[in-house]
Amino acid sequence: MKVTLTVWRQAGPAAQGRFETYELDEVSEDMSFLELFDVLNERLIAKGEEPVAFDHDCREGICGSCSMMIDGRPHGPELGTATCQLHMRKFADGAKITVEPWRAGAFPLVRDLVVDRSAFDRIVESGGYITAPTGSAPDGNLILIPKAVADSAMDAAACIGCGACVAACPNSAANLFTAAKVMHLNLLPQGQPERWERVTNMVDTMEQFFGSCTNHGECEAACPKEISIDFIALMNRDYIKAQFKQRRLASQRG
Amino acid sequence: MDAHIPEGPIATKWDNHKFDVKLVNPANKRRFTIIVVGSGLGGASAAASLAELGYRVELHTFHDSPRRAHSIAAQGGINAAKNYHNDGDSVYRLFYDTVKGGDYRAREANVYRLAQVSVDIIDQCVAQGVPFAREYGGLLDNRSFGGAQVSRTFYARGQTGQQLLLGAYQALANQIHLGNVELHHRSEMLDLVTKDGKAVGIVARNLMTGAVTSHSAHAVVLATGGYGNVFFLSTNAKASNVTAIWRAYKKGAYMANPCYTQIHPTCIPASDEFQSKLTLMSESLRNDGRIWVPTDAMDTRSPDQIPDEDRDYFLERRYPAFGNLVPRDVASRAAKREVDAGRGVGPLKNGVYLDFADAINRLGRHVIEERYGNLFQMYERITGEDPYVVPMRIYPAVHYTMGGLWVDYDLMSNVPGLYVLGEANFSDHGANRLGASALMQGLADGYFVLPATIGNYLAPQLGEQPVPTDDAVFIEAQQGVEAMTQQLLGVNGTRSVDYFHRELGKIMWDNCGMARSRESLEKAIGEIATLREEFWNDVRVLGEGDTFNQSLEKAGRVADFLEFGELLCRDALHREESCGGHFRVEHQTEDGEALRDDEHFAYVAAWEFTGDHANPGLHKEQLEFEYVHLAQRSYK
Repeated sequence: MKVTLTVWRQAGPAAQGRFETYELDEVSEDMSFLELFDVLNERLIAKGEEPVAFDHDCREGICGSCSMMIDGRPHGPELGTATCQLHMRKFADGAKITVEPWRAGAFPLVRDLVVDRSAFDRIVESGGYITAPTGSAPDGNLILIPKAVADSAMDAAACIGCGACVAACPNSAANLFTAAKVMHLNLLPQGQPERWERVTNMVDTMEQFFGSCTNHGECEAACPKEISIDFIALMNRDYIKAQFKQRRLASQRG
Repeated sequence: MDAHIPEGPIATKWDNHKFDVKLVNPANKRRFTIIVVGSGLGGASAAASLAELGYRVELHTFHDSPRRAHSIAAQGGINAAKNYHNDGDSVYRLFYDTVKGGDYRAREANVYRLAQVSVDIIDQCVAQGVPFAREYGGLLDNRSFGGAQVSRTFYARGQTGQQLLLGAYQALANQIHLGNVELHHRSEMLDLVTKDGKAVGIVARNLMTGAVTSHSAHAVVLATGGYGNVFFLSTNAKASNVTAIWRAYKKGAYMANPCYTQIHPTCIPASDEFQSKLTLMSESLRNDGRIWVPTDAMDTRSPDQIPDEDRDYFLERRYPAFGNLVPRDVASRAAKREVDAGRGVGPLKNGVYLDFADAINRLGRHVIEERYGNLFQMYERITGEDPYVVPMRIYPAVHYTMGGLWVDYDLMSNVPGLYVLGEANFSDHGANRLGASALMQGLADGYFVLPATIGNYLAPQLGEQPVPTDDAVFIEAQQGVEAMTQQLLGVNGTRSVDYFHRELGKIMWDNCGMARSRESLEKAIGEIATLREEFWNDVRVLGEGDTFNQSLEKAGRVADFLEFGELLCRDALHREESCGGHFRVEHQTEDGEALRDDEHFAYVAAWEFTGDHANPGLHKEQLEFEYVHLAQRSYK
């Protein structure tokens, strides 16, 4: 098959960016979308042009590195699929495809299709953990966790931190990412002691970097792991509760 | 080679040793700086645990976030000798299975310790909030895995590696927040710095700006993963590489058993020449899937039209006791034998079937969906075929490397102050790793072993400052790195880095893959040398050194693979026996199984760098088997 790619090229954070168009023929439909870029890059190198920079690593849809906006949709047209798992058989012969990097103020551009998603790490650092220093744990079976609870926590924990939710959101909000991280831990019995502090700190940190959620739901549609926006509702509930609880605690302390 | 294995009975060695090692008192720990390179299970768990103890830790990862390390892609699970299933498991049995599964080429004392701490790992991970699968009563669930006859594998759907890594990453994030760990992301280690024979720091390149900087510490910990990408096509992530441990090797660390490479039996076969990597389907699928090929090589019927009597369930036939659950090396070679005999399936006849029809009939589709849903979905995305209806096609692919830098019982290499964890070291899996043991080893090393042993090296250095980064040793190392960058950019040839990587991969796979012979290995060594020369004369690396430049990053890694591949082949050539993942066609039993030579080869081969154009020097660590009887492995 034949495809025409229109790709965002930008040499560095301060450089002027532009779209470049490349025609590729003899594309195999068993090729993944990233393999299409491998082929494009080989061709560019042969012509003496610098290859397109793009983040990728595991190519199994789990590391969360890939970050391509394909025809205006993060990770492209196939639901629940990261770019690396998207295959050319999902495109028509002769397709014209536009590829851009994630666009969000909190994800500054590094080069071409590569952005810096460190803001996500800052959110996790502010509270996305259970304080359990190595060596202090009781036997794993001492903590009984109903299967439904473990399953629900796992649904949230499946987040790969790719940033598609932010890229899809008209406000560049990171609520789906943050909610997945918060609720993974807040649903579990082990997460209870730090529950209120965790949600407060993580939401407050999120707001330093990202826009606000106005319930568009684009994030859920774009998520390669199909994480539900129900988690945002659960996070909001916890956040509001936390504000009351902290005031009560503060008043008790006098 | 002296592995410094503690005295005493195997069951008490670790406890005795922990009592004997020197300690650094809590207030003094902050006076020590430790550099950790790599943020996978080994690196993240070590960095977090060392920081919790009070050490100052500097973590370097070449990823944009520590959470992206390739441990994240491990699917099936993690072993632990909990005996929650009352099926006769014990620390001793996990130890025994691992030594046997490793085809008697692992160090007994290390493996016993691994089995001992396995139970603590599960507890630790549960406490961190790892959402392991649960029974309806709320207790932890287990599944069985290849090479074992008990159910001891803990799992989180098909994403166990992801969940364990997130657990370690979260503990790390906590320590970063507290200021105990300094994180350097997109920072690639390009040299180890030594002074007076001791490891004193690293030189790293900031991948975003190209800046090359020196970092100094009291000890350096490498947790940089395996070297499977020397074969180009493997289940490793695209960026996984040998560079950190190779450059440490060139600074004096010994490389042990590089020829032990694991070929995983259940991967999706390659579909075309553009294939950039191979995708693993978790070994746990072999619990419910049955592996077969048509008995007649000419059979062109679709699989559902082939009746049972025209199918050869070759693993069940050849290994009735373990059936589809034989260890990885055995299953891989059996599949290769069928495909080589022309009985392969699929358009390129390069796979065998992994069939779930019986399991779906027996358990119902919903059970299979719950156990393997995400794997089936992944398979469907890649191949366009629905495995609930059509059997999967699978074929072996390079997956894990048991070899790595030599370490002693404390996980310290022969270079004092240089520690090596996880897949990057050689220690616990012998010549073949059992499923669900890699996660166990990475976390054992990082959470429990290193934090207990590193004090032994640090304690006597109390009061000493790290070597300043303006010392001649750092300046020289930094100049070396910068010179290599300029050299790579300066060749200005005609072929891309990927071209050379693919060519190297072909040489390695054809001559040093699932079957190796003296002839093929000698051929490979010659061809690699030619290719390496071609690389340095004809590679084309565009762009500059002081910007984000992915071609340049790859070029450095492929340059190292081109040297390392030769050492791997030399090791394979010298090991005149077959064991685990190393199969020499000259050494096999009558029915085609691996034939070891315990009399001559029950040792670890540790190679010393002696110069760019000199043959590496061989050091031997003799392996003693006091507890597990040396025997021909049988899974029949």
